[in-house]
Amino acid sequence: MGPLVELKGITRSFGGVRALKGIDFDLRPGEVHALLGENGAGKSTLMRVLAGEITPDGGAILIDGASVAPYDPRVAASHGIAVIHQETALAPDLSVAENIFMRELPGIIAWPALNRRAAVLLKQLGFAIDPRRTVGDLAVAHQQVVEIAKALSQKVRVIVFDEPTAVLSTGDAERLHGIIAGLRAEGVGIVYISHRLEEVFRISDRMTVMKDGRVVGVTTPRDASVEDVIRMMVGRPLAALFPKAEGRRIGDEVLRVADLRRGNRVRGVSLSVRAGEIVGLGGLVGSGRTETVRLIFGADRRDDGTIHLRGEQARISSPLDAVLAGIGLVPEDRKHQGVILDMPIRTNTTMARLAPVVNALGFLRLRVERGLVEALSKRLRLKSAGVDAPASSLSGGNQQKVVLAKWFHAGTDVIILDEPTRGVDVGAKAEIYALIEELAAAGRAVLVISSEHQELFGLCDRVLVMAEGRIAGELQPADYSEERLLTLAMTRGAAPLRKAS
Amino acid sequence: MSVVTEDLPEGKRQRIEVSELFRRYGTAAIFLVLVIGAASQSQAFLTERNVMNVLRQVAPTGIMAVGMLFVILTRGIDLSVGSLLALGSVSCALTAAAGSGTPVAVAAAVGAGAAAGIVTGVLVAYAELPPFVITLAMMTAARGSALILASGQPIMMGDPGEALTDFGSGFVLGVPQPVILMFAVFVVAGVVLNFTKFGRIVKAIGSNAEAVRLSGIAAPRYVMAVYVISGALAATAGIISASRTGVGSGSIGVGAELDVIAAVVIGGASLMGGRGGVVNTLLGALVMGVIGNIMNLADVPGYNQQVFMGGIIVVAMLLQYGARWLRR
Repeated sequence: MGPLVELKGITRSFGGVRALKGIDFDLRPGEVHALLGENGAGKSTLMRVLAGEITPDGGAILIDGASVAPYDPRVAASHGIAVIHQETALAPDLSVAENIFMRELPGIIAWPALNRRAAVLLKQLGFAIDPRRTVGDLAVAHQQVVEIAKALSQKVRVIVFDEPTAVLSTGDAERLHGIIAGLRAEGVGIVYISHRLEEVFRISDRMTVMKDGRVVGVTTPRDASVEDVIRMMVGRPLAALFPKAEGRRIGDEVLRVADLRRGNRVRGVSLSVRAGEIVGLGGLVGSGRTETVRLIFGADRRDDGTIHLRGEQARISSPLDAVLAGIGLVPEDRKHQGVILDMPIRTNTTMARLAPVVNALGFLRLRVERGLVEALSKRLRLKSAGVDAPASSLSGGNQQKVVLAKWFHAGTDVIILDEPTRGVDVGAKAEIYALIEELAAAGRAVLVISSEHQELFGLCDRVLVMAEGRIAGELQPADYSEERLLTLAMTRGAAPLRKAS
Repeated sequence: MSVVTEDLPEGKRQRIEVSELFRRYGTAAIFLVLVIGAASQSQAFLTERNVMNVLRQVAPTGIMAVGMLFVILTRGIDLSVGSLLALGSVSCALTAAAGSGTPVAVAAAVGAGAAAGIVTGVLVAYAELPPFVITLAMMTAARGSALILASGQPIMMGDPGEALTDFGSGFVLGVPQPVILMFAVFVVAGVVLNFTKFGRIVKAIGSNAEAVRLSGIAAPRYVMAVYVISGALAATAGIISASRTGVGSGSIGVGAELDVIAAVVIGGASLMGGRGGVVNTLLGALVMGVIGNIMNLADVPGYNQQVFMGGIIVVAMLLQYGARWLRR
C-alpha cells in the first residue's frame, strides 16, 4: 500500500536559522511512526508543516501520491490530517462539549444532544469527563484528552501526537496507547513524538530520528536498541544519564513542613529535606504534588500547616516571603510561570535576586549583570546567541536552564523543582540532572516532583509518594521499583509503608 | 508551495528584518512622512512659531502619555486621566485663588492626582479588580469631584504668583515652558524605564506577571506605583491648562484619555503589556499633534479631522502589526 502522506525535501528557515534542511518523511496507513530527536531537532516544525500551519521554503507535500499545493490548515483538515500539539489549543472558557465540536457547532445548539455525543466520544476514549465542565477547570492531562476527542470528532486519516504523554500519568498514558492501537487497526496513520523511549519502542512500527534539521536514521524497534536511538539523537553514547552522588554529604535538616492543608487537594502533608539531600515527590497527576509545593513556596494560601527552616518557624504567605526565607521554586509550567519569554536571558536570570545588580539609587548595573549572567550561562552550558537574546529564542531545555540559573543566582537554601525535565530532550535532561546534583552538592536542600519514575529513582536519595493529597509512603533506594511506587500512588492513602521522616 | 528547489534563507532573513524595522521605526516613519508632506504643502508649517505652537499643544497629551505608557506596560489601562486633568486644574486654581502661592498650588494638584492614583492602584493591584472597569469608575468619580470642588463654575486663579502665571505662557530659550517640562518628563521616564529596577519590573509584569510573582517580587507595589504616576502626571497636565488659561475647570479634558491612549498605541506599545518605549510614545503624541495642526492649516473642518485621526490610528497599527503577515 502506498503512503498516505509524503513530505519530500522539506526546507524551512527562521530568521537565517535553517530549522529543516531537506526532510523526507512518509506515513503509511495503519502504522505508528515515531518521530524522535532532541528538542530543536525540528520535529515540531516538521509537524507544523504537515498541519499546514507554516509554509515550507522548499519541498513538496504529497497526499495519496499527488502533490497538493497550495497547502494550508484548511486543506490539511479536509484531507483528515489532525495534529495534537504539545500545548493544547482549546478555548478555556468553553465547555468540554463545545470544544470537542468547535468546528461544527450549529447556529443553535441543542445542548442535551451535544453533551451526549461528547460523553459517548469521551467514553470510547476510556475517560469519564463531564462534557459540561469548563475546559479551563480540567487538569492538563484531561485537557489533552479533550483535544484528542476533538480531533477524533471528525474523520481522521492521519493523526499526529506531539508529546502526548508528557503530562499524562502512567495509567492515562496506557489508555492513550489503547486508543492509538484502535486507530491503527482502523488504518489511520499515526505520527508519535515522545521523549519516553521505552513507550516509543513498545508502540511504534517505524522510527525516524532527526537531528539538527535532518533525518539521521529510519529504523524499527526490532532493528535498533534504545541505546542505538539515543546515540543517533545526541550523536554520542549516553553511558549514564544520571550523575553519581559522589562527594555529596547529607547534612542537617533544612526544611520541615507539618500538616499542610488546602481544600481537598492537600490534606495534611508533612515532609522534611536535609541539606545536600535530593528528595523526590512522586505520584499520579492530580495527587496534590504541585499544590503542596506551591503552598511551601507561598504561591497559594494554605488553610493550615507550619513551615520550619533550619528549626525556626518561617512565616510564608507569599513567594516574596519564601524567597527571603531561602526557598526557590522551578515551577511546573515553564512558559507561563518560569521564564518571561519576551525578556532577555540576562533579565530572567537575575529576577529573583536583583540586589547585586542594582545600586543604592535603584539603577541597574548592567555591566555587572552581564558579567554575572555570562559566567552563569557558561557554567550551566546554556546554548544561546548571547545573554541579551530573548528567552523565547531558546529551546525548551535551555529555557529550563534559565529558570535554574535564576535560582543558582538567588542562592536559596531550598530549591523545589516541579517537573524539571518535562518536554526536555535527552541531552538537556542529563545536563539538568547534573545541575540538580550540583545544587545538592553545594549543600542545598532539593525537592523534586516528577512523573517519570526512572528520573526520581536515578536522581533522588529517597522518594515520597503522594496520593489524594496525602503522603502515602516513602521509598528508600533499596525499595525503588515502579510497581512499589504505583502501588503507593494508587492505593488511595492506605497505611503508609514507612512514615515520612 | 510548489517550489521543489533550494530554500531561500537570504530572502527570508530580509523579510524578518523588515518586519522588525516596521515595528521599531514605524512611528518615526509616519512622523517623518507627515512632517515632510506638511512642509512641502504649507509655507506656514515649519516656521518656528508654528512648531512651538504644535509642541505646546502636544505637551499635556505627551505628559499624560508617559503615565499611560507605564500603565499599559503592566498590561493595564487608565481611563481616568482626562478627569484627573480636570481635578488637577481645579485643585491648582482653588489653592492659588486662596493665595497660598505656587508651590502649594502645584502640590495640591499633583497630590490630588496621586491620591486618585493610590485609590485606583489599591483596587487594581491589591484587590485585583480589572483596571478597565476601575479606572472607568475613577473617571466618573474624579470628574464629579472636580465639578463639586469647582461648584460647576470656572475657578479664576487670580494672582497665583509669577512662576505659575509664567508657566503657561512663558518661554525658556525660545521654548515654551510646558514643552520643556514635557521633554524633561520623557527623559526621566526613559531613564527610569531602561536603567532602573523599577522600569525593568514594570515591563516584566506586563510580559508575565505570574513569573514575576513566582520570582519573589512584590508585583502589586509596582502596579500600584504606575497608577500613582499616571494620576500625578494627569494632574500635572491640569496645572499646565490652569496656568495657561488662568482658569481651573471641572469640565476640561473630556475624552482626553482617548487621545492619550491613541498616542501610546501609535507609539507602538502593546495593550497586552510588556512592549513599548518612551521615544516612540513621544513620536506618537507628536503624530497626533502634527495631524491636527496640518488640518487646521488646511482649514479641514473639525468633524473631518476626527475621521482622519481614526484612519491614522489604523494605518499605524497596519504598519506595526501588518509586518507580522510577512513572517508567515
